[in-house]
Amino acid sequence: MAKMTLEELRSLRNRVQGDLQKRDIEGKDSRIIIGMGTCGIAAGAKETLDAFLTALDEHKISSTSVTQSGCMGLCYVEPTVEVIVPDMPTVIYGKVDAKTAKKIVEEHLIARRLVTDHIFDRPAADIIKKDGGK
Amino acid sequence: MHLSLSDYLMDIVQNSFESGASSVTLTIDEGQRMVVCTVVDNGKGMDERTLKRVLDPFYSEEGKHRGRKVGLGLPFLSQAVEAANGEFSVQSIPGEGTTVRFSFDRQHIDSPPPGDLALALSTLVAHPMADHFVVHRTAGQGRSYSLDRRVLLEVLGELKTSGSLNLLRQYVASQEAGLHDEYEE
Repeated sequence: MAKMTLEELRSLRNRVQGDLQKRDIEGKDSRIIIGMGTCGIAAGAKETLDAFLTALDEHKISSTSVTQSGCMGLCYVEPTVEVIVPDMPTVIYGKVDAKTAKKIVEEHLIARRLVTDHIFDRPAADIIKKDGGK
Repeated sequence: MHLSLSDYLMDIVQNSFESGASSVTLTIDEGQRMVVCTVVDNGKGMDERTLKRVLDPFYSEEGKHRGRKVGLGLPFLSQAVEAANGEFSVQSIPGEGTTVRFSFDRQHIDSPPPGDLALALSTLVAHPMADHFVVHRTAGQGRSYSLDRRVLLEVLGELKTSGSLNLLRQYVASQEAGLHDEYEE
């Protein structure tokens, strides 16, 4: 891999930006927050973040906000990820490995269905429905 | 559990961000034999009483973690460094900042593996609490690169959407790969 310069990075950004703005409908205003406390890092939160970015890139979604936070207090189910999508319940997913991260992008962000078997944010009956909260 | 150097760096640099530091500098100096890492911040620092407890895994700053009262980052790092016959130090002055420095012999059987440094560094550069964050990465004989969050922010426009984070990831990976390509020449 050739070492990229800052000017090359700027050019790359300018080149893709226009295209991204045109096609970016999915994922707009959505937020993915990954718990990166010591517990999250030890459980593989870095790889989870990497998997989210890869999945979003594969689906040409570039405007979803992907940020990191400290420990969410659910150390026993790390890596934990909070997903905020407009018009859907906000949930914290637990045990989010790379495969689950991809599933969350495809199900929660794109198909607008909750990935119910990974919800750990006090899963109240009102947010877990048989139809996946659709 | 086998944490890598990348994991330890993620942990201790985030401590600096969370200390309210406006400036954090991470130096990773990878020599033929030794790896020396230093994190210098201008955060709120620690008094002598707190400093004495930083290696106590059952001590954490009040309110830092939701629902638990442990602070594992520095204790894990110090144990790993000790196992690899390395050196570890924390110096801090209240109101001025903290410096964490550690080193270990890369060839020691218990040394942590490097892990994915490019991923860790790009994640830290994009950290929402980071302000002025600079990384100096060297790998001996003049092979080096630097990352400056403010410069990258100016080039990419923002560091929070998947589009810009993917570009940042590519950029840092290319710097890291360039370091090793040069190393192999």
